[in-house]
Amino acid sequence: MNILNEWAFVGLFAVMAPVFPALPIVIAWLFRPRKPNVLKSSTYECGVETIGDTWVQFRVQYYIYGLIFLVFDVEMVFLFPWAVAYNEMSLFGFVAGFLFIFLLTDALFYAWKKNALDWK
Amino acid sequence: MDELCTGLCRLMVDSGADAGLAQFLSLLVGVLLVSGVPLLTVILLIWIERKVAARIQDRIGPNRVGPIGLMQTFADLLKLLGKEDITPTSADRWLYNAAPLVSFASVVLIWAVVPFTPFHYGVDLEIGALFFVAVASFGTLAIMVAGWASNNKYALLGAFRVVSLLVSYEVPLVFALLVPVLLAGSMSMLDIVNAQTGMWFVVLSPLAFVIFYVSSQAETGRAPFDLIEAESELVAGFNIEYSGMKFGMFFAAEFLHVFTNGILMALLFFGGWLGPLYYESPLIAFAWLGLKGGVIYLTTLWLRNTVPRLRIDQIMAFNWKFLVPLSIANLIFISAALKVMQEIGWAPRDMIGAGFGELVPTTVVLLLINGAMIIYLLGILRKRGQEARRESQATRAALAHAAADQGAA
Repeated sequence: MNILNEWAFVGLFAVMAPVFPALPIVIAWLFRPRKPNVLKSSTYECGVETIGDTWVQFRVQYYIYGLIFLVFDVEMVFLFPWAVAYNEMSLFGFVAGFLFIFLLTDALFYAWKKNALDWK
Repeated sequence: MDELCTGLCRLMVDSGADAGLAQFLSLLVGVLLVSGVPLLTVILLIWIERKVAARIQDRIGPNRVGPIGLMQTFADLLKLLGKEDITPTSADRWLYNAAPLVSFASVVLIWAVVPFTPFHYGVDLEIGALFFVAVASFGTLAIMVAGWASNNKYALLGAFRVVSLLVSYEVPLVFALLVPVLLAGSMSMLDIVNAQTGMWFVVLSPLAFVIFYVSSQAETGRAPFDLIEAESELVAGFNIEYSGMKFGMFFAAEFLHVFTNGILMALLFFGGWLGPLYYESPLIAFAWLGLKGGVIYLTTLWLRNTVPRLRIDQIMAFNWKFLVPLSIANLIFISAALKVMQEIGWAPRDMIGAGFGELVPTTVVLLLINGAMIIYLLGILRKRGQEARRESQATRAALAHAAADQGAA
């Protein structure tokens, strides 16, 4: 299969993949009872009406984890080509990748020392 | 799948169909065939999951519908079809309805690059491993969207936990995934399996497998990492507002994801279809892959039903202060040792096509390194455990002392 055909397959797969779960939902939509009322379609909490808005700003700890993750996510994307080329690489290329990992591990230890990894 | 598609395409063109249409239709048949495997297995998986959970909890499990309860899933499906579908008025309708579709689709999409036998696979992408990472993270997105769109406080709490948990565990997961990619020198799933003809990667790097196993258990959001659902604290977590078939889709996606991870681990670390007589027939190859994947899948079920849930601070600390440094160290040690051995000529330059004999020195050295790391780690864990125990004993003694003081007064 040439490369265009390969990606056509993946593209078609991506289009079809949501169709599979959509089918039973649509079939259920044909059969299911419809008796909505105000109480039923109100937000579920503990029996009383909810107080306050849900869509609010949230604690910052989640955001910090997100930031640290971003550093590593980018690092990993760069490491994949390095890993693929590993067998043909000279010692120099290997050490270059090594330094790259080292620099980002450094960032992890910085975050660790700054207590960014502690759940507060 | 390649030959099948081309053959079908040629057949249709020969019988007078438009070339573009013929190509599209043959691709569609390919897609349906490949995606049929996960869609059919998920029906069985729901039954297996319930049966195994029941046995571990000393129950019998579903046994009424059909022989040994095999038809239970169909009965459940029928029941779900008749359930009313409630959308809360305050929810974001579009995102609320899209989330279950994305959740299930992301898992099915992984199967596009999963080879079943040496000759039967959807596509053999050159970036297969990276494709898996990219697609699997769509599941995280779906759960986040579900929690946010529900406009429910429990759901949102669950969703925020997901973002922190799943996103964090993706780091060690991918670092562990880099090890087979590095050993095989390729991201293609077929190449990774073929590179294990001499020796399975789980023998070359058991630590990478353990890290991958633990973090993929977290990625599927199961015990001991199941705080995205956390029934006892968040009622149901992100899917609290969902009912009927949409709720069912979230669950089907989760069950399928666990099995998919089992198959992936079999491919990446246990040599996939490699086993006695696999070249005789594709059926034997397929059976080997299914057997290995199935055993790994059953161990994840076992784990899920045995260990209690962890707290969020413990989970995050375990990931960032233990798994991530460990996975980086593992990658560095493995790659450094292998490079040195390649330079002095002990290890083959290319794993693909390397026989067992050529790999003996590599295996011994890598196993020794892994063993040393594991012994060192167990030492650290033991020390940390002792510290924690001493701390809790000290607190308990202080509390008892305070209580005794109060009693005297």
